Amino acid sequence: MQYLLLIYGNEAGMQSATKADVEQMMAAYGAYTQAIKGAGVLVAADRLKPSTSASTVRVADGKTKVLDGPYAETKEQLAGYYLIEVPDLDAALSWAARCPGANYGAIEVRPIWAM
Amino acid sequence: MAREARATTEAVARRSYGKLVAFLAARIGDVEAAEDALSEAFAAALTDWEAGGIPDNPEAWLVTVARRRAVDAVRRRRSGEAAVPHLQLMAEELASTEDNASMPDHRLALMFACAHPAIDPGIRAPLILQTVLGFDAATIGSAFLVSPAAMGQRLARAKSKIRQAGIPFRVPERADLRERLAAVLEAIYAAFAEGWSDPDGTEIRRRDLAEEAIWLGRLVVSLLPDEPEAIGLLALMLHAEARRGARRNADGDYVPLTEQDPALWDAGLIAEAETLLLAASRMGKVDRYQLEAAVQSAHAVRRATGRADWAAIKRLYDALEEITGSPVVAINRAVAIAETDGPAAGLAALAALEVDGRLAEYQPYWAARAALLASAGDIDAADAAYEQAIGLERDPAVRRFLQHRRAAMRGAMN
Repeated sequence: MQYLLLIYGNEAGMQSATKADVEQMMAAYGAYTQAIKGAGVLVAADRLKPSTSASTVRVADGKTKVLDGPYAETKEQLAGYYLIEVPDLDAALSWAARCPGANYGAIEVRPIWAM
Repeated sequence: MAREARATTEAVARRSYGKLVAFLAARIGDVEAAEDALSEAFAAALTDWEAGGIPDNPEAWLVTVARRRAVDAVRRRRSGEAAVPHLQLMAEELASTEDNASMPDHRLALMFACAHPAIDPGIRAPLILQTVLGFDAATIGSAFLVSPAAMGQRLARAKSKIRQAGIPFRVPERADLRERLAAVLEAIYAAFAEGWSDPDGTEIRRRDLAEEAIWLGRLVVSLLPDEPEAIGLLALMLHAEARRGARRNADGDYVPLTEQDPALWDAGLIAEAETLLLAASRMGKVDRYQLEAAVQSAHAVRRATGRADWAAIKRLYDALEEITGSPVVAINRAVAIAETDGPAAGLAALAALEVDGRLAEYQPYWAARAALLASAGDIDAADAAYEQAIGLERDPAVRRFLQHRRAAMRGAMN
């Protein structure tokens, strides 16, 4: 099964982090990405720009409405994702627990609806 | 012939329902589809066996029919998903194991899937009762003090979560096993309690429940020989089972624990329970089930001394209340306090529980209150409490017992 690991973290907290902390976190993500690739389970992964760069679009009555900002204002924001292919939820949960983001925020694990 | 077919399907359902659900669910990764397919297979068995005779291996026959129904149902349900490769895989997997003379037992794997950390903790035990033992939502609801409709919805949601999230059907790795054990033990105990409440075995589904729960308890202990709480639960169930024959008198009337004849208790089961409890206590991790088993042990002391060790029972309930915060434990603690410190002290302990609204419909609360009020001499209040307890009781023998107690109390007054 494929699972999307959605990484949520506090952007404000990240911005106020020291340079050393950021470097350490980036190194941890580098090692994690290598490990997940090495295990042969990685399908795709990306880091997202901050939610302040987000635009939200809705179409109603034929009119396109664009709003500045993310869809939901929350304390923790979507910061990136890993898409993985593993046998079951236990495997997905153990990869989620290894993700450095799990120490700073939270990882939401969502099964992919295979088409 | 019709009667024979019905008797055989009922016997197979009693003997193998959970095993068949677990076998099918483990292979299709879907509890609900397994349950539905199996119930269709049982319905087909009733007519087919009546017409064509009972097959040599009824379980294998049921699995074959259920397999076909499951493939059909999953095809309908998964039309939007990648159905074809999944279905081929499923059909192959089912066919490859179907011919085995002895079906592998996946009940433990199914229990651990139901007790998975991704499942809401409150629904894990009910889910195990439904999938492994075939309880309906109404019976589970009454055991867990939840309405049948609400319980049915929560069960359906949990089964859908297992399927959609890809929760595996297997016994977890050793590290996770310990973590998930608590939910499994809770469900086994709830099953035991259900079977225990039906001593006459009047309902087919519940008749063997206590034995089934003990069987599950033994299975977990054999898998986890170093887990003291699993051993404690088994000891607790064996202690209670030992008294099965003493709970009714010759007229079929209910006999409360404190008035049972210890000579009727099963000495073999008590000895086994005591050995288990001793082994568990040496492992140095005392928790809920060992404490509850120790309460039973303190009651069993009456065989030798003529009186239960109420001081020990009160101390054990003190510890249990701290761990569980359960109102049911608190009621038993109040009864123990009444034995050691008198009925007034017991009533004071009960009064502290009245804020819990769930107790208003909980028979043992009213029965305990009635007995304590009666021994304190407050006959009018005791009479009202008996009225409540009798109205809430579902077991006719216990109802008769309460009616006799109430009548005897009033008779003593006149």
